[in-house]
Amino acid sequence: MHEKTIAELAAALQAREVSSVELTEHYLRRIETLDDALNGYITVTAEQALEAARAADDARAQGRAGALTGVPMAHKDIFCTEGVRTSCGSRMLDNFVAPYDAGVVERFKAAGCPVLGKTNMDEFAMGSSNETSYYGPVRNPWDTERVPGGSSGGSAAVVAARLAPGATGTDTGGSIRQPAALTGITGLKPTYGRVSRWGMVAFASSLDQGGPMARTAEDCALLLNVMAGFDRRDSTSLERPEENFTAALDRPVKGLRVGLPKPFFGEGMAPGVARVLEEAIDHYKGLGVEFREVDLPNAGLAVPAYYVVAPAECSSNLARFDGVRFGYRCEDPKDLLDLYTRSRGEGFGAEVKRRIMVGTYALSAGYFDAYYLKAQKIRRLIADDFARAFQEVDVLLGPTTPDTAFRIGEKTDDPVSMYLSDIYTIAVNLAGLPGMSLPAGLADGLPVGMQLIGNYFDEARLLGMAHQYQMGTEWHRMAPGGFK
Amino acid sequence: MQWETVIGLEIHAQLATRSKIFSGAATAYGAAPNTQACAVDLGLPGVLPVLNEGAVRMAVKLGLAIGADIAPRSVFARKNYFYPDLPKGYQISQYELPVVSRGQLEIELEDGQAKTVGITRAHLEEDAGKSLHEDFHGMTGIDLNRAGTPLLEIVSEPDLRSAREAVAYMKKLHSLVRYLGICDGNMQEGSFRCDANVSVRPRGSDTFGTRTEIKNLNSFRFVERAIDYEVERQIDVLEGGGTVVQETRLFDPDQGETRPMRSKEEANDYRYFPDPDLLPLDIDAAFIEAVRATLPELPDEKKHRFMEQYGLSAYDAGVLTASREMADYFEAVAAACQGPAKTAANWVMGELSAALNKDGLEIGDSPVTAEALGGLLRRIHDNTISGKIAKEVFEAMWAGEGDADTVIEAKGLKQITDTGAIEQVIDQVIADHPQQLEQYRAGKDKLFGFFVGQVMKRTGGKANPAQVNDLLKGKL
Repeated sequence: MHEKTIAELAAALQAREVSSVELTEHYLRRIETLDDALNGYITVTAEQALEAARAADDARAQGRAGALTGVPMAHKDIFCTEGVRTSCGSRMLDNFVAPYDAGVVERFKAAGCPVLGKTNMDEFAMGSSNETSYYGPVRNPWDTERVPGGSSGGSAAVVAARLAPGATGTDTGGSIRQPAALTGITGLKPTYGRVSRWGMVAFASSLDQGGPMARTAEDCALLLNVMAGFDRRDSTSLERPEENFTAALDRPVKGLRVGLPKPFFGEGMAPGVARVLEEAIDHYKGLGVEFREVDLPNAGLAVPAYYVVAPAECSSNLARFDGVRFGYRCEDPKDLLDLYTRSRGEGFGAEVKRRIMVGTYALSAGYFDAYYLKAQKIRRLIADDFARAFQEVDVLLGPTTPDTAFRIGEKTDDPVSMYLSDIYTIAVNLAGLPGMSLPAGLADGLPVGMQLIGNYFDEARLLGMAHQYQMGTEWHRMAPGGFK
Repeated sequence: MQWETVIGLEIHAQLATRSKIFSGAATAYGAAPNTQACAVDLGLPGVLPVLNEGAVRMAVKLGLAIGADIAPRSVFARKNYFYPDLPKGYQISQYELPVVSRGQLEIELEDGQAKTVGITRAHLEEDAGKSLHEDFHGMTGIDLNRAGTPLLEIVSEPDLRSAREAVAYMKKLHSLVRYLGICDGNMQEGSFRCDANVSVRPRGSDTFGTRTEIKNLNSFRFVERAIDYEVERQIDVLEGGGTVVQETRLFDPDQGETRPMRSKEEANDYRYFPDPDLLPLDIDAAFIEAVRATLPELPDEKKHRFMEQYGLSAYDAGVLTASREMADYFEAVAAACQGPAKTAANWVMGELSAALNKDGLEIGDSPVTAEALGGLLRRIHDNTISGKIAKEVFEAMWAGEGDADTVIEAKGLKQITDTGAIEQVIDQVIADHPQQLEQYRAGKDKLFGFFVGQVMKRTGGKANPAQVNDLLKGKL
């Protein structure tokens, strides 16, 4: 049953081959037996999931079922869930139960999807390996000595290991695409403003974007149909006509103009990754896709600009965690300053503190112009680079990550090398564009992701291009040994 | 040395929106602690601000009323600092690009001269909550009802030269925001409060002295006393060879002095940056014109109209237009009284204001409505009662004994205008005072008043004074 994609499960539910309760129980059993090896879930919500599954089955019996009614899924623990802890991977929020649902959570509830649990993540979504979580690292189902990527590492691992058919993630600098690549699944970061940020704990508000993680492009399209849409509670949410992202999946890619960004194919890419990409490009050529090289002259500035903007915003966004109203509070504070310093000192992990300090510095009087303002200008330049490229081509294609999954602990002492694992994904966030990663092969037995980048609101084209690839390849069907 | 005082005011006007500036929670004053604070006001993880359009409309209204520039694009920024009653750890405010800039307000000085005070800017921001230090046994209570209440911070140029000028400016602005209906002006509840930047410099100098900022002055009297004290203090420091320290001070009304706020050694760095949760605020010409169409007649316009239309003096017109409520009340009285507007003006500024003061009431709460007062004045004009009797009737109306006609009827206060009846009384008075009659006829004209007084006394003040005069002259 867990081998089926979301589209296949939805069909099975509709054909009454299986009930939502049976399906949910099946996944809960898998989680029970297999997740100890992965640590993909922070909280499993078996009771609520079964209750929702019963409601979904009732709805179906009464003829009120929608496209995904009864299909279980999981939420990254960054989305607030009423009555269920939302930890954001941090000791700071270990005791936090939100009194409301995130916009995304509401939408999945309305769609009738039982929620299996809340998935592990880097603390406050700051990390590329899921090692910064207060709840311990997530392990990559392809090799449990390796990281699954991050920050949506829990969502990626549980989808790859078939402990959930699909999951939500968030992507601030690659946090959906990079773990999708390292675990061999498909993940989409939508255009900034597509998916409501209401109730999504903020890391860097101008970059954060929720998106779907599943095994196939078709599944991502189904999940995006649920997730995307205007939310008046989020001022950066975009009011757009409703779109059906599955409608154009079958459109042939013949004649599609695809750009290969020069800076993405230079030094730094592992040979195994390069070989996989070459094969994928050949496959697309066989489908009639036209490739050409494009330049993104300022792409090299993306990582430094990101590591100013994101920490700057995070330093302000995380100021509310002060031990006063909710979350972690230190024992016996002796005065206000002590309450602040110890609550924050004890409640936050090292990477979060590092970024708060970097961001505070970048916004300080005397440094603001040199760092924050300059980074904003670079952002503009990078967006302009992409705009120029999209005058010539429809989609950009490149690697998602420079290499395959690294070993747990391998990069924890070297933050810069960790930051560089997002070198191909970050520019997309700075520009606010949609991007996705899909599995394109293996290198030394580990999954390699291919990244597609589209123009604003071009998610349907990306999903279609990915779907056409998956129609002719089997990489998305690969399951890690031990989780088949 | 002669010193010159330089003052600039930052006035925080709480905007009279029903809900908060970035959330749907109510803004009503006086609710139980933390009952008017929603998830957004509490700064819970994941919540987001949505700008209240009503607050923007009010800011634009003020901007138009002070002839200011309305920014086609202004930006909300975060002012970052930690404080327990600041839930998010930052305040959303406008920093580099405020919605309103470069306005002005004309005030009248004591010598009757007009002075134009520049208004640098007015920007939208959210208020913080309140820390409560009493009743918590060494702990601090936090009430976040006020958190997120919309404020318009109105910053003047350093154009004011005395505490009196500062108060005149503040009163004028206070009147204006109430005219515009954008602020209830309630200073006790903190809806209209002021920070004063004060410095002194040798007269004739064109550079500013070091200033201090006196925070949170919530009455006109405190503004005047605090500035006067601070000016004296700074002059003493300078004349004693010292230097003024740039600092924030608080005014202690009990001691009548300003004192430095207890502050941390480190300088505050607010690390302002544009709030990524909010889009820039774009205001187009159509929006501005729609707001302009809702502008009421402003105090200065109204004052000139009152002088023209009602023939009032500049002073009377100024007093009557000091608040919109008083002006509206006056106009309703003038319309209802069917007589000279000057009488209406005198009554509103005289009897009515005195009675309101005595009972500590606002004009909106007057037990005598404008229509009722107009009805009373009508009875003066049509000679039913004299002005003197009218005061008695007014007192009864104030005490809730009914409208003018009811009181006049019930107390039998109707003026006697029947010539025959008055003549009868006059004849009696003359008959009873032969000595005085002789003296009068011998040329002691002063005694005329005596006879009038006697007639009025015998009629209980109800005889028409003009008729009494005429008839007495004939008889005597």
